[in-house]
Amino acid sequence: MTFDENLSKMLYQPWPWYVSGPLIALIMALLILMGKRFGMSSNLETFCSIGGAGKFSDYFKIDVKSKRWNLLVVLGSVIGGFIGAHLLSPNPAVEISDKTVAKLQELGFESAGTSYLPLELFSMASLSDPKVWAILLVAGFLVGLGTRYAGGCTSGHAISGLSNLQRPSLIAVIGFFIGGLIMVHLLFPLIFAS
Amino acid sequence: MKNLAYIILGTFLGVVLYKSEAASWFRIYEMFQFDSFHMYGIMGSALAVGVVLVFWIKKSKVKSFSGETINIQDKEKSFTRYIIGGTLFGLGWALAGACPGPIYILVGAGYWPIVIVLIGAVLGAFVYGVLRDKLPH
Repeated sequence: MTFDENLSKMLYQPWPWYVSGPLIALIMALLILMGKRFGMSSNLETFCSIGGAGKFSDYFKIDVKSKRWNLLVVLGSVIGGFIGAHLLSPNPAVEISDKTVAKLQELGFESAGTSYLPLELFSMASLSDPKVWAILLVAGFLVGLGTRYAGGCTSGHAISGLSNLQRPSLIAVIGFFIGGLIMVHLLFPLIFAS
Repeated sequence: MKNLAYIILGTFLGVVLYKSEAASWFRIYEMFQFDSFHMYGIMGSALAVGVVLVFWIKKSKVKSFSGETINIQDKEKSFTRYIIGGTLFGLGWALAGACPGPIYILVGAGYWPIVIVLIGAVLGAFVYGVLRDKLPH
């Protein structure tokens, strides 16, 4: 096989961590060099401002124009998601470890190991269950509330903040893990066990 | 021209996060189970390269592409807001299996139920903005 064939074959397979991680850092650095900062969650506030949230709190009285660049990054990431899923991924299955598959099957996630997202939560059929609506809405609510409270998410704190050796970002990331571990180990059995 | 650059950067980010499977609910669950190195590898290698790049940008006093001085502000000092906000975020991150970047990416990938997560996230940001002055920071 030639180098070219190898490369294009790799493109369609899941990308290894040692390629993806440095590329994420590169995107962060390019944004800094463009005079901006890598942070995806502040867009949630911009959406609130666009929707007229300034009527309820001065916090949302911002100049939306100054946030336009970040909305364009969001637009791009939507396009990127389309390209990644529909043009570059002939096989959507995520090869998680056998141990993880076993744990998920015990919780009722039959799709573990065969799809990109659990079909029990993210297929159109799953939406016939009101419990799924509640789970997704609450999950999103916690993401939005938490990230603005903490002043950043995975991009703003775990990548940008830690790259700049910020102690507040380390505290936030420790919080991310406290919350994530509580959810997966203590609450999942209560939420999903049938 | 600059607008196009932001869209292209975002597109690149979307492809990288989708193809690395960092946008997969399953990978987030696996990470919190400590069953695989994958997600830690992504974040660890991003940080290793990120620390060097940020150090270089600060040390070299390189100008931005448009010739302005780059000033990376320190995060505001506090403990309470980061630990409480971070924990709330972590609860949501593990349940949704997606943080804000991947939420947008999964909309593009066509997993429509993620739109409910997005609506919840905007509501959450709204509630923070309204309650902000009453919350401990």
